[in-house]
Amino acid sequence: MSDATTSGVDERIKQQSRLRRALIRPELGGICGTIIVFLLFLLFASDSGMFAAQGIMNWSIVSAQFMIIAVGACLLMIAGEFDLSVGSMIGFAGMMIAVFGVVLAWPMWIAILITFALCLALGALNGWIVIKTGLPSFIVTLAFLFILRGFTIYIPQTIERKTIIGGIRDAAEGDWLAPFFGAKIGQPIFQWLGDIGVIETFQRGTRAGQPVIEGIPMLVVWALLLIIVGHLLLTRTRFGNWIFASGGDAEAARNSGVPVNKVKISMFMFTAFCATVFAVCQVMEFGSAGADRGLLKEFEAIIAVVIGGALLTGGYGSVIGAALGALIFGVVQQGLFFAGVESSLFRVFLGLILLGAVILNTYIRRIITGER
Amino acid sequence: MTEPIIQMKNIEKHFGSVIALAGVSVDVYPGECHCLLGDNGAGKSTFIKTMSGVHQPTHGEIYFEGKPLHFADPRDAISAGIATVHQHLAMIPLMSVSRNFFMGNEPIKKIGPMNFFDHDYANRVTMEEMRKMGINLRGPDQAVGTLSGGERQTVAIARAVHFGAKVLILDEPTSALGVRQTANVLATIDKVRKQGIAVVFITHNVRHALAVGDQFTVLNRGKTLGTAKRGEITPDELQDLMAGGQEMAQLEGSLGGTV
Repeated sequence: MSDATTSGVDERIKQQSRLRRALIRPELGGICGTIIVFLLFLLFASDSGMFAAQGIMNWSIVSAQFMIIAVGACLLMIAGEFDLSVGSMIGFAGMMIAVFGVVLAWPMWIAILITFALCLALGALNGWIVIKTGLPSFIVTLAFLFILRGFTIYIPQTIERKTIIGGIRDAAEGDWLAPFFGAKIGQPIFQWLGDIGVIETFQRGTRAGQPVIEGIPMLVVWALLLIIVGHLLLTRTRFGNWIFASGGDAEAARNSGVPVNKVKISMFMFTAFCATVFAVCQVMEFGSAGADRGLLKEFEAIIAVVIGGALLTGGYGSVIGAALGALIFGVVQQGLFFAGVESSLFRVFLGLILLGAVILNTYIRRIITGER
Repeated sequence: MTEPIIQMKNIEKHFGSVIALAGVSVDVYPGECHCLLGDNGAGKSTFIKTMSGVHQPTHGEIYFEGKPLHFADPRDAISAGIATVHQHLAMIPLMSVSRNFFMGNEPIKKIGPMNFFDHDYANRVTMEEMRKMGINLRGPDQAVGTLSGGERQTVAIARAVHFGAKVLILDEPTSALGVRQTANVLATIDKVRKQGIAVVFITHNVRHALAVGDQFTVLNRGKTLGTAKRGEITPDELQDLMAGGQEMAQLEGSLGGTV
């Protein structure tokens, strides 16, 4: 023992190869899944336009939608909690924008800010109830899944006698805050790319000469921003360490002075924030709010997070992994459409990927953490 | 002899009608290992929880470095330098050793207006402290789950020492460990003691206590039967005190002296 101590080498510890070390990481399942999915579609759908500019933009937007809610779900799951009310929250937030901005005709920026405040408060309420009652967040947020969805249907029916409220795009015209969610950026670049022939341009019609892609929607910018911020927060800050600790073992974390309740409640609020970002981008794009928006999104977010290597019981996971999970989800959903495959097979394919990624992730996690 | 770092005088603790502690007095000296022995239900846990600020004593006084002291909660005790290493709930297996080591005390590196977790510092200190305790990690990012039970206890002890513990309370650190791992933890206790830290070692294993203890206090049904110094007491006497004498003698007889 003294020999080992002085030399700093233990004969029982084998040197791990650099390749193995590089591979053994929580995102490996997500990375493998992404590579497989892209290879498959490159092989079978390369001539379908899926990898032309328009096609790329198509599945990027769908993936970005998944990514926004997956980042929130990922951090919350690592903190040891679930939020099943994400989908209902998306519908609710969109409807609130419509009620404030169209029905009450308030300036759009006030409608957006009040909706954010309201949804963050609801997220905090979710977290507060979970902490105070000690009930599983699964049950508490399941209750909110129904409560919020109920209000989302009830409110527009009572005041407008319909379940879809339109006119949001007109109401947002000239607003300073709305473009942060509904605008597209980089138009000059795409115009230039179209001019030099890198991407296609419209040949006929009123938009002849314009590139087929106008610009990058703010939705995609939000997705990338949330991924970067989420990843840095989780891996590079003190708060990130608290997120891991709260989900890994709340009691041990408390004994070490980690403010577990504060961490969990703020993660519920962050999840609500992500859902609201999704909702605002969506209503700005569609120009309307519908009572059925965001249906089943909570499960899609959780699936993306699990494909990305997070542990359902908390304390382990990766934002990059969750983002890759969301990318897989988006590419498969849109890719099968491009490939002309019967769309019902989407679920089969997704189920297989989910199963494969999770098996791989479990195996890797055991190596890393020494779980038995 | 040096002054005791912590003095517990006539501590009583009542939970409703139950008297968990009925006047226990213990002096703990820096650089010594004070063993607190007792069978299940003897009041060991209540006693150390009083010492670490979890419980407030019903009667009695606590002096820390000669001054009377009142801990409102465990945080007070921790900032005063009284650290408790629990048998369980000390480490998070899914997290790396260095993340565990600095949990709740994360080092901060400023980059612009942002505060970041200083991983380089955390990793370096963790490796250094672990090497001092005789544990060679594959790397600071190795998960605690890959360590053995004894190594985990050692990480927890090293952590408490690094963050300035003057009194280290170890709650049955050896009860769930194998022979080799127990030896490692006992060796760690010895290292910590030599750094001038007072160790309060709770156990119900007489042999473990005798291996490292300087003083021995036996609790029985909420009362202390006095404190003995090293060399003043034999293992058999300790065992008898713990179990409450006669009945144990009879039991031991029927078991052929194997307990």
